[in-house]
Amino acid sequence: MSPPLLSVGEEECQSNVTLLASPSSLESVCQNAELKERNYMGLRNRPSVNNSVVPAVFDGCKIAFNLKATELRLGLPGSQSPERDADFCALSSAKLDEKPFFPLHPSNDGHYSSQKIVVSGNKRGFADAMSGASEAKFIANPEANIVLSPRPSPNLGLKNGSGLESFGSRPAKVKEIPTAQEAPEKPYCTKETRPNDGSGSNNGSAPAPKAQVVGWPPIRSFRKNSLATTSKNAEEVDGKPGSGALFVKVSMDGAPYLRKVDLKHYSAYQELSSALEKMFSCFTIGALGREMLSESKLKDLLDGAEYVLTYKDKDGDWMLVGDVPWEMFLDTCKRLRIMKSCDAIGLAPRAVEKSKNKN
Amino acid sequence: MNYFPDEVMEHVFDFVTSNLDRNAISLVCKSWYRIERFSRRRVFIGNCYAISPERLIARFPGVKSLTLKGKPHFADFNLVPHDWGGFVYPWIEALARSRVNLEELRLKRMLVTDDGLELISRSFVNFKSLVLVSCEGFTTDGLAAIAANCRFLRELDLQENEVDDHRGQWLNCFPESCTSLVSLNFACLKGDINSAALERLVARSPNLKSLRLSRAVPLDTLQKILVRAPQLVDLGVGSFSHDPDSETYNKLLTTIEKCKSMRSLSGFLEVAAYCLPAIHPICSSLTSLNLSYAPGIPGSELTKLIRRCRKLQRLWILDCIGDKGLGVVASSCRELQELRVFPSDPYGVGNAAVTEEGLVAISRGCPKLNSLLYFCQQMTNAALKIVAQNCPNFIRFRLCTLDPVKPDSSTNQPLDEGFGAIVQSCKGLRRLSLSGLLTDQVFNYIGMFAEQLEMLSIAFAGNSDKGMLYVLNGCKKIRKLEIRDSPFGNIALLRDVGKYETMRSLWMSSCDVTLGGCKTLAKKMPRLNVEIINEIDEMEACNDDGQKVEKMYLYRTLVGPRKDAPNYVWTL
Repeated sequence: MSPPLLSVGEEECQSNVTLLASPSSLESVCQNAELKERNYMGLRNRPSVNNSVVPAVFDGCKIAFNLKATELRLGLPGSQSPERDADFCALSSAKLDEKPFFPLHPSNDGHYSSQKIVVSGNKRGFADAMSGASEAKFIANPEANIVLSPRPSPNLGLKNGSGLESFGSRPAKVKEIPTAQEAPEKPYCTKETRPNDGSGSNNGSAPAPKAQVVGWPPIRSFRKNSLATTSKNAEEVDGKPGSGALFVKVSMDGAPYLRKVDLKHYSAYQELSSALEKMFSCFTIGALGREMLSESKLKDLLDGAEYVLTYKDKDGDWMLVGDVPWEMFLDTCKRLRIMKSCDAIGLAPRAVEKSKNKN
Repeated sequence: MNYFPDEVMEHVFDFVTSNLDRNAISLVCKSWYRIERFSRRRVFIGNCYAISPERLIARFPGVKSLTLKGKPHFADFNLVPHDWGGFVYPWIEALARSRVNLEELRLKRMLVTDDGLELISRSFVNFKSLVLVSCEGFTTDGLAAIAANCRFLRELDLQENEVDDHRGQWLNCFPESCTSLVSLNFACLKGDINSAALERLVARSPNLKSLRLSRAVPLDTLQKILVRAPQLVDLGVGSFSHDPDSETYNKLLTTIEKCKSMRSLSGFLEVAAYCLPAIHPICSSLTSLNLSYAPGIPGSELTKLIRRCRKLQRLWILDCIGDKGLGVVASSCRELQELRVFPSDPYGVGNAAVTEEGLVAISRGCPKLNSLLYFCQQMTNAALKIVAQNCPNFIRFRLCTLDPVKPDSSTNQPLDEGFGAIVQSCKGLRRLSLSGLLTDQVFNYIGMFAEQLEMLSIAFAGNSDKGMLYVLNGCKKIRKLEIRDSPFGNIALLRDVGKYETMRSLWMSSCDVTLGGCKTLAKKMPRLNVEIINEIDEMEACNDDGQKVEKMYLYRTLVGPRKDAPNYVWTL
């Protein structure tokens, strides 16, 4: 049957578009507690009722309760929502006049505001549970290049901090709410922080993808472009974009598959060498048959006779690892190869000479 | 009534170099006006549409140096379409036609074409100096024309321009007879450079004092250039990345030690941190250091460098120096006057790069600080108050929180009180840019205390028309006001329409002014050009006076509406 509550929802607010997106899943929930759900929709007229109201309605409905519990886990990996639990508890005491979660300017938190929070908050809460997939997809794109209107609605019932990572990207969607509703609020809106930024009390967990405002921060395009070019150049090495990691492939002659190591993780050749030893020990053991090898023997294998560690540099040449300063190596190394010594004769002559000189 | 012959008056006026003073002189009497106008050599036009080239030439036929500015400041941040205006060709043409003996042309945010550059090079025999800042529309072909034809060229300074790099070897176009170069800056060019031609050019320019190279110039070329030009005072390094064990690098070390006149260092458009020790020998005499284009130098390397620069007066740096690094700056650079901290990762995922702590440290260590541009993750009122107390000499104070409406990070209050402290303490403040969560109150403070304020930039601030009115009523010397995304509407716009003739320009975008309000203003003030930029719905929106205007730019002018506006710009 066509769920009547959907049509009720439709009258409210266009954020219900997401509700409609997955009518089938919605229906299954509806079957269980149809009447109660309608009540839930009707709750919008009660002021200051926040998201946590939902479980009260679904008391007897475990499915919905679980939905509620799982609702916010659709955010970024690592985002916890400790505040949520507090909400569940608070719920029972039926605190009606809870302040909006962004009490930046207490004097301006009119009733109008909090009422608005209810509407959007509730709707979104439900919508989140239903449209998990699309939500996750949206969040997964960290490069969400959303141009926010400069007056983000404060009425999104968002907490600062990690709790609402899944809501972090929401503002852009909710932006589709008819601006007529928000127009009279504009003077307030300009003061509120954008919901996806924590204020000073941010828990420092994985921040939501920042939406970009046109022309902010105010840097000359020339400067912005050259920053972009230089960071792109830095990523030429087979590494993860962004700071922190420099992954390169490591191959070993005779091994069935390659590995990847993060060069930035190490600060010297010695560390890299021992890490590679550990990583490829399984292959060397295999290569030598089923003999039991001690660590020292393994070391001999890699350091001395059997294997040589080489790398491919920016020009495509295979070089012996260890000649240049570590930082320079980081700059130029594109991949690593653990070569059998017998194959190492064809190395760049300078490298071979240098290694001879060292010995 | 002349007590002295004209020549004597002219000689006296020669000692008056400031244009403001010369303007005052010309108001004394008709003969002084006449004498002054024939002897004026430098003219500054802050808005190229405020006057026409013909009128300029009519009044100052002896002009030798012309400075022109075109697009509004917010064009730097992509808020103004590219072909909005600011075409320099009509100016060059008019000056050429009237046989003005132009020697210097300085342009900012203007549209320059190759034809224009060529016309300059062929029309003005004594042309000596071309400075282009944040301009676009030309290619290296135009530069080749300048190089080839300006026989006495002293200065070619290209700062942050968008230049199309064609394959022509413009550096080769400097004739062998050209030996007059004093300043050459092509750091913004992206294409390849003929190193040999560059080396030869430097070799035959004994007066070269300032040289800024582009990224394409490698370290070995730099070394050869420095051998030829140890007298350089200002150097912009292109690429600074090399095997530190190599002979080239070692040669560079010895060469740099001989550059005893070096006072200013910039560039490092491509740099390996392990090469930086090469410049340690000259650090102790540096007064200006710009590492804001040098990517990826870790804070520790930066501080190692800056620790040695005890005479530094100007420092431009990226925020990866961190608060701790700024602490090192504060303790090492006591003479610091200008500091700019740029964001290395503008849309980054909240790596708290610099915060209020860094700024407070600087204020404690550098009491001579008078110019600041600071991009930060967060700010507090308390910090701003301390800064205001420690550094009362600010002339330019520009603070930018990466989140435009971020409140005080420790109290969640607006930053009104902090900025209020700044304007109250810094009585000489001429330029101010605000950011963070701000209410009408901050504008109340600005109107009350910022008596010398000439330029104010506002974004995402204020609650009501009162805010803008505080500024318009209180800041008597305001010349440029630019506002974006703030709730100021017709009431504020129309309260005192006469004010705008005392200002150079007003920019308002994404505010609450309507088309009707702008029309009213334009009608009342015929000597203002009120331009509406409306890129969407060009025709339709014209009829709805109640509709909010997306972008409005108004400026005083003596020559009426301009004729070169594109069709999405209406002058009301």
